Amino acid sequence: MDLNYSAEEAAFRDEVRAWLSASLPLDLRQKVSSYAHLSKDDLMRWHRILAEKGWVAPAWPKEWGGTGWNLVQRYIFEEELGYAGAPPLIPFGLAMCAPVLLRFGTEAQKQRFLPRIYRGEDFWCQGYSEPGSGSDLASLKTKAVRQKDFYVVNGQKIWTTLAHYADWIFCLVRTDPNTGRRQEGISFLLMDMKAPGVTLRPLVLMDGAHEVNEVFFDDVKVPVENRVHEEGQGWTVAKYLLGYERMNTGRIGESKRQLAKLKEYSSSLKNDLRFRDRLSRLEVELMALEITNLRFLDRMRRTGQPPGADVSMLKIKGTEIQQMLTELMMQATDPAASDDFSVAVRKKYLSMRKTTIYAGSNEIQRNIIAKMTLGL
Amino acid sequence: MNFDYNEEQQLLADSVRRFLAKDYGFEARKKIVASAQGYSPQVWATFAQMGLTGLPFPAEFGGFGGGAIDLVNVMEAFGEALVVEPYLPTLMAGRAIARSPLAKSVLPAVIEGRMKLAFAHIEKGARYDLSKISTTARKSGDAWLLQGEKSAVLGAPMADKLVVSARTQNGIELFLVEKERVKALTTLDEMRAAELTLKATKAEPLGGDLELVEEITDFASALACAEAVGAMKFACDTTLEYLKTRKQFGVPIGTFQALQHRMVDMFIAQEQARSMACLACSKVDQSENAKQRARAVSAAKIKIADNARHVSQESVQLHGGMGMSEELKVSHTFRRLTVIAGQFGDADHHLARFAAL
Repeated sequence: MDLNYSAEEAAFRDEVRAWLSASLPLDLRQKVSSYAHLSKDDLMRWHRILAEKGWVAPAWPKEWGGTGWNLVQRYIFEEELGYAGAPPLIPFGLAMCAPVLLRFGTEAQKQRFLPRIYRGEDFWCQGYSEPGSGSDLASLKTKAVRQKDFYVVNGQKIWTTLAHYADWIFCLVRTDPNTGRRQEGISFLLMDMKAPGVTLRPLVLMDGAHEVNEVFFDDVKVPVENRVHEEGQGWTVAKYLLGYERMNTGRIGESKRQLAKLKEYSSSLKNDLRFRDRLSRLEVELMALEITNLRFLDRMRRTGQPPGADVSMLKIKGTEIQQMLTELMMQATDPAASDDFSVAVRKKYLSMRKTTIYAGSNEIQRNIIAKMTLGL
Repeated sequence: MNFDYNEEQQLLADSVRRFLAKDYGFEARKKIVASAQGYSPQVWATFAQMGLTGLPFPAEFGGFGGGAIDLVNVMEAFGEALVVEPYLPTLMAGRAIARSPLAKSVLPAVIEGRMKLAFAHIEKGARYDLSKISTTARKSGDAWLLQGEKSAVLGAPMADKLVVSARTQNGIELFLVEKERVKALTTLDEMRAAELTLKATKAEPLGGDLELVEEITDFASALACAEAVGAMKFACDTTLEYLKTRKQFGVPIGTFQALQHRMVDMFIAQEQARSMACLACSKVDQSENAKQRARAVSAAKIKIADNARHVSQESVQLHGGMGMSEELKVSHTFRRLTVIAGQFGDADHHLARFAAL
């Protein structure tokens, strides 16, 4: 057992760090660090800088632009992005649609979509949740009826993040309402957001930000060639993605940066023992999560197996830590202050409540561990 | 970076686990705890045969030159089985002797299992402050004489020799003392300790200083963290088993989501604790940087104290009345986890130390 990074791994980290320090534009870094709003242009500017360097999709196969890095290198890279305060890479295209296409897509679908995702030419969003189908996703009702070479889609999605930026949406839709199991009869469709019959309604959240939307489909025609995998196999696709997206849910690098900032920002409270102890316990929890995350990586590397259900704990602990960081940050602000940063910190606290709800609520994550890992 | 045990570490842990499974079951342990000596000489001899008493000592004295990382898996096994033999006290005292001129004459007997030791440092009222020592040592002719009291010295009743700290004009130094008759007391977690009164007690000087005491205490703390993880593992495993078998309202109680989520949180607490035990054991072995070492150990002690409390309390609660019963091992694990949470400093102590580093 050796918890130190090897000389090669440390050199790789140095290389990434040096490049980031030279290539991450200062204005973007400042926006991130002051919790300012990031526009679509901001997000895509950073995406394209990474694409040009060849680092925007490290996990993809090399022939599609992947870097060929091993698991630890990819982890280090993501940690450094978070630590440097880079704008987030929006995962819907790069880390969700693309892996699905690579695993289940036709050659034509890959050729058509992957290069555009890589270069940041298409912005994707995810159409999963519906008003009646949140945690119980398999109860979804959005209906797709086959008519010759098209599906005609009717229904509604909700909580669709950044749909107002999106060119495309990948959706789970019901193609067969008469199956025995609800998980059957679902298909995975790629839909053009500009198609007639697609409309949006913004859902403004309690921090005042417009990030999520309702998406309505009224007789939207989707060519059959935009279906991924077999008709009725959408649930298999969704489950595959669930396993794929969960290695960086801990967001260690980002939380390390927030912690450093919190320590600096709360220095006037360092003699307040109650605050000091909460801060220390949070730091220790983050230290533990970092090692736990590395242990999962090491297990994947050793066994060659995909992550087990127990990686759900990374999401649970990671989001709890992210929330507590913003909570302590808010507590550290001067209650009498109304400067931009203090206001942004308070809004950030409001906004971060979403993290334990999205991407499979933390209660669903506990259900997963209880069932799959503990056999309850 | 890798979290794998090497072949030697794995073989050692496997043989320790096999031995404990065969000869250190709950019933066997009960007899050992109830015995006059409070430990089993046969078990100690087996530990020595397996090389455990020599593992963290330099090869030049017959040891294997190992570190805390080599003992992580072994200590977890000890924690699962609730081993009461005075292993940590012997290692602590032995690590002090290893740095002294007496190493050559004393350590071989320790390594061969012929001698057990205890580390007498903490005094009444000092709580966890390692510098609060009032026992004194003075020189009288060629001999050193110790004067003072040491409290709750773990393993002292079965020890052959004691390493005792005392003040000299140089500050705190360590001394080797022959163990005389002491009155044994049984700790909350069923181990044996003793109050030690030193009245012009003859002692051999070992040298050392407060920094060495801190280093040795950090080493033992890291190992205690690994032991706690083993105890948590037992508490989790046995509670999970209970949830699957205990029926109420016509169904196993593990079908209730309220209990499932609590079980999951225990499981996560155990894994987070294991991560910190690994970190602490890894850092005490790279002790060039005392501050880094102390920081990692205090961080681990905070996490282990919090999670030992969480896991032990939940394990009793989820067992219902049976969790309170002395007849179930889980209640004994509760006792060990309660003590280990405060051993070498509780969470509050280490929160202060962590913040100061």
